[in-house]
Amino acid sequence: MSGWGREVLASVLVNSVYEMKNYPVVLLNTVLSPLSFLIVITFVSKGQLIGEAIEGGFIMSMFQSGMSLQGDLSHLKNDFKLQDMVVSSPTTPSAYVAGMALGEIIYSIPALAVLTILAAIYIHPGAVESLELLGVFLLMFLGSVAIGFTLSTFSSDIVQSFAFSRLISTVFATLPPVYYPITYIPLPFRYAAYLSPTTYAGEIAQSSTGLVQLSTTDIFSAWTVLIAVSLALLLIAVKKARWRDV
Amino acid sequence: MSGKPMLSGTLLCDSLTKVYRESKGKKALDSVSFEVPSQGIFSLIGMNGAGKTTLVRILATQLTPTAGRATIDGLDVMREAKKIREHIACIPQEARTIPWMTPKQTVLSYLLWRGVSYYEAGRKASEALAKVGLEAQENVLNRHLSGGTKRKVLVATVLSSEADIIFLDEPTTGLDPISRQDLWTSLTRLAENRFLILTTHYLEEAERLANFIGILHRGKVVGFGTLDQLRSILKYQYSLMVTSDIRLPVVREGLVNRARTGQTQILTDETEAYEISRLLLEKGAKFSMSKVSLEDIFFHLVHGTAQEDSE
Repeated sequence: MSGWGREVLASVLVNSVYEMKNYPVVLLNTVLSPLSFLIVITFVSKGQLIGEAIEGGFIMSMFQSGMSLQGDLSHLKNDFKLQDMVVSSPTTPSAYVAGMALGEIIYSIPALAVLTILAAIYIHPGAVESLELLGVFLLMFLGSVAIGFTLSTFSSDIVQSFAFSRLISTVFATLPPVYYPITYIPLPFRYAAYLSPTTYAGEIAQSSTGLVQLSTTDIFSAWTVLIAVSLALLLIAVKKARWRDV
Repeated sequence: MSGKPMLSGTLLCDSLTKVYRESKGKKALDSVSFEVPSQGIFSLIGMNGAGKTTLVRILATQLTPTAGRATIDGLDVMREAKKIREHIACIPQEARTIPWMTPKQTVLSYLLWRGVSYYEAGRKASEALAKVGLEAQENVLNRHLSGGTKRKVLVATVLSSEADIIFLDEPTTGLDPISRQDLWTSLTRLAENRFLILTTHYLEEAERLANFIGILHRGKVVGFGTLDQLRSILKYQYSLMVTSDIRLPVVREGLVNRARTGQTQILTDETEAYEISRLLLEKGAKFSMSKVSLEDIFFHLVHGTAQEDSE
């Protein structure tokens, strides 16, 4: 394994494996959060929106993984001074964050496993659709990791940091139409929904599996917005995140 | 060592200044300049807010200075941070062990971050923990350990890294006297072949451990050197502490300070100290005689600066 790989492994171990191994109860939270919305939407729609709800569960899981990173990194930085210890070592910020982000994904594995089984039963996407969905979820994850890391480097207070993390998760992963089609939102509010990148992720996911019908132009626009937003967030993280304090 | 060249040289600070954005122009560090050999233990002492942590964070490449420069063995902490980071390790102020990890997991993951292989990291972690006497507790969760043991885990963490230069920001704060003594032993051992930069509130700690001492007050260096060099700042080199409530002999040369505790301190030169001792012995008084302590020097320098500031 290369030096970079070892640095990534260290972050994965600290941010997920050791905690899961020593405190297995933490896994319950990551499973319950995305599944609870899925259950509510499925019951309320009498099963009609189960496909959208499963895809919404995936989007929320991926987005929430990135946002949880913000809280976890702030916690490790402010309460344990871990970031300072790591800064004063040969570790690169990219390895540190990549490992921490992977750790968040590992946390989400139980939820993702349940969602994958449900998707196979109720949506049964083909290979192309699966790749499309994977691309959407990956972009969601990268964008939210970029926001999470940038904000964590500015935080000096864990309470504030967790509050921000929850706020952003709610605004971008719960309120926008990721668990249901955008047409369920009354028209004046629909424009507001388009301010969130998760709306585009939801639209692409729902259209790729035939749950909603979108024109080629709309699909192309949604992909463009999603990729542009993710790249912009990554760029902000690279330029603005504070590895060394000022 | 880990294959990288061993550093040897000096730690140099040249007009190092830091003004935090939110501080309304107040200087946390104010043109700090000094040069110290990068070996043994260099201790920074000062009151709360004196600038110790700010200085350590700049030197440990965690914080950007506002002005001035600092080099460690010729490497600039700003421009050559990447190279410096291969040689340093740091225990920040208020660093804590992560409760859901064990001591072995703590040290092992830190070594992975430093690029050591998983197998090697596991071996070195056990070795480092054994060096600080924690071999029996290496697999106990950190949350079950005492405060002193947790600190030892952090010391083992940087000890395992084989970094040449180690920053320790108030590592013994809050420890009981026995844990502190244990940690001092570990630090002394650690300093045998490395350079330790240690900040502390405990003057006794600096006096006992440090080869060089820097005294910071309100962001400025007000004293710097070996203990003997710092002593030479004072006019009188000897201190007699008289605990008996007796009529003191006449002090021809020196200063007499009466403490609220009822003790009396006489600061004087060597000849006079022996003469006063003789007279005190004749009176059957209880007293002790020693060279002036770092506490005397610190009080003189910091109190003196405070008085100058108020004038």
